[in-house]
Amino acid sequence: MATHTMKGKERYKSGVIPYKQMGYWEPDYKPKDTDVIALFRITPQPGVDADEAAAAVAGESSTATWTVVWTDRLTACELYRAKAFHIDQVPNTGEGTKVEAQYFAYIAYDIDLFEPGSIANLTASIIGNVFGFKAVKALRLEDMRIPVAYLKTFQGPATGIVVERERLDKFGRPLLGATTKPKLGLSGRNYGRVVYEALKGGLDFVKDDENINSQPFMHWRDRFLYCMEAVNRASAASGEVKGHYLNVTAGTMEDMYERAEFAKSLGSLIVMIDLVIGYTAIQSMAKWARKNDMILHLHRAGNSTYSRQKNHGMNFRVICKWMRMAGVDHIHAGTVVGKLEGDPLMIKGFYDTLRDSRTPKSLEHGLFFEQDWASLNRVMPVASGGIHAGQMHQLIHYLGEDVVLQFGGGTIGHPMGIQAGATANRVALEAMILARNEGRDYLKEGPEILDAAAKGCSPLRAALDTWKDITFNYDSTDTADFVPTATPSV
Amino acid sequence: MMTNPSNRLTQGQFSFLPDLTDAQITAQIKYALKNGWAIGVEYTDDPHPRNVYWEMFGMPMFDLKDPAGILMEINNCRKTFPNHYVRVTAFDSTPGWETPRMSYIVNRPKTEPGFGLVRQEGDGRRIHYTVHSYATDKPETERY
Repeated sequence: MATHTMKGKERYKSGVIPYKQMGYWEPDYKPKDTDVIALFRITPQPGVDADEAAAAVAGESSTATWTVVWTDRLTACELYRAKAFHIDQVPNTGEGTKVEAQYFAYIAYDIDLFEPGSIANLTASIIGNVFGFKAVKALRLEDMRIPVAYLKTFQGPATGIVVERERLDKFGRPLLGATTKPKLGLSGRNYGRVVYEALKGGLDFVKDDENINSQPFMHWRDRFLYCMEAVNRASAASGEVKGHYLNVTAGTMEDMYERAEFAKSLGSLIVMIDLVIGYTAIQSMAKWARKNDMILHLHRAGNSTYSRQKNHGMNFRVICKWMRMAGVDHIHAGTVVGKLEGDPLMIKGFYDTLRDSRTPKSLEHGLFFEQDWASLNRVMPVASGGIHAGQMHQLIHYLGEDVVLQFGGGTIGHPMGIQAGATANRVALEAMILARNEGRDYLKEGPEILDAAAKGCSPLRAALDTWKDITFNYDSTDTADFVPTATPSV
Repeated sequence: MMTNPSNRLTQGQFSFLPDLTDAQITAQIKYALKNGWAIGVEYTDDPHPRNVYWEMFGMPMFDLKDPAGILMEINNCRKTFPNHYVRVTAFDSTPGWETPRMSYIVNRPKTEPGFGLVRQEGDGRRIHYTVHSYATDKPETERY
């Protein structure tokens, strides 16, 4: 059988021909500035060539079906075909390794394949049918280059880092948060107690957990009313702007709008949604947040079901890109040192994607493309899960200052109480920022800096003593392909 | 007296730490200058958390790159307004930021009465909250 790209009568004869020959493999193609480019990691089925598998992915994520259709000829079908234009074998896979051969396939899509301003439409193509396609054994969407022309059709973050900080009047240090614990079972009155103590002790934010919505033990209106009492009491006690992420996640958009409106009427400056509400609902809430001067926090509930395994699903950096386009202001993006999955290099890639106005190509951080963010606002990453005051130097080193550090257990589990836990975190944070700005080698001297700060702060002393040996040393599953060895979690 | 853990207004980057010494302030000035940020000094006797516009003690010092000179301006402000709040703010003019990047308090009144919370009961169980600064019951310049 011929291996060239078929044209004309030969191409459109009824029957089945390889995707490669249908025009989905174009190694000479030079992507246009306006093309969307997707990078897939493909594990072909045995016997399927890498370039045929790449062409099949291009075909099934754009115009193709399994057989030739003459109706293609009624359209500018060559424009609408996605084009696989480059493949690389993934380092450390294939013959001589323990992993079956995998390939990075670069696929270009014309911008007119996508509806302006719709994550749902973009994703219906890119991750729609193709992940169940039989010719590939496994498939993972690793990265995307979104053209400026397409980015400009999205609102982007409702508030962004700059305006969030101006509204909060908090500059030059990470923000501090905590998630109310226990996650489930507290009454509204008891729940608000945790919020009040943590905010008065020195945190900037407290947070509902992802699965706190409106359950029999605490209906949402009760929670909102008690939390806002706590927020305002703490604001008066400290003279600072404080907030609580009121989770408005619900079964329908109408319910979410109702909850968000109630939060607004109580004077909350932030509401929260879960990733599981879906891309369209997220975009709707981002528009609502922009219209109502509200910061929008996103909890990435559910992402690990598809982002964690290296050979199938999608990389979290793609979620970061889509969520920046969709318009959230906060997103949980890893801690490096905490209890949840996170390789330091990969997490730097996520954070840069959320915060920078332009990210250069950087393979060691998993960034396969240069990305110009076209002045879309910056998203504030949130580090949450198994972190404590004793890690402050590492957290600032890895995550920088534009981040919300959330110490849930590390605040509420403090032996001297919640206020003391919050104070310990705030003192540790301020001492470390002071030292960093003074030019000290704070990563190396971190423990001494904390010990010195604890001399004037017994809650910090107690926190350091309680959690001094707590680390989570497990290897990450999602690691860079372009470093000699996987970097362990610290 | 305020009853939070530091017994004082905790706006700014370093309010949970002991008051900064001149040497510590100088180190922070150097950090701002190294980043190309302009330093401004502001003071107020109305420390309400939503009072954005403190009085400027002159314009931000865009052209002054000498930490000692900047510290002198800060200290001039502290001497002129010993019983006001004084804060140091660093302004970043780079595209995509164009906003303060640092802000910390370097002077505060001897006593800080803090804030009360005024509750206005509304429909249902809804409450409208007003954070009220006790000091602002008195006229400007007579508050502390």
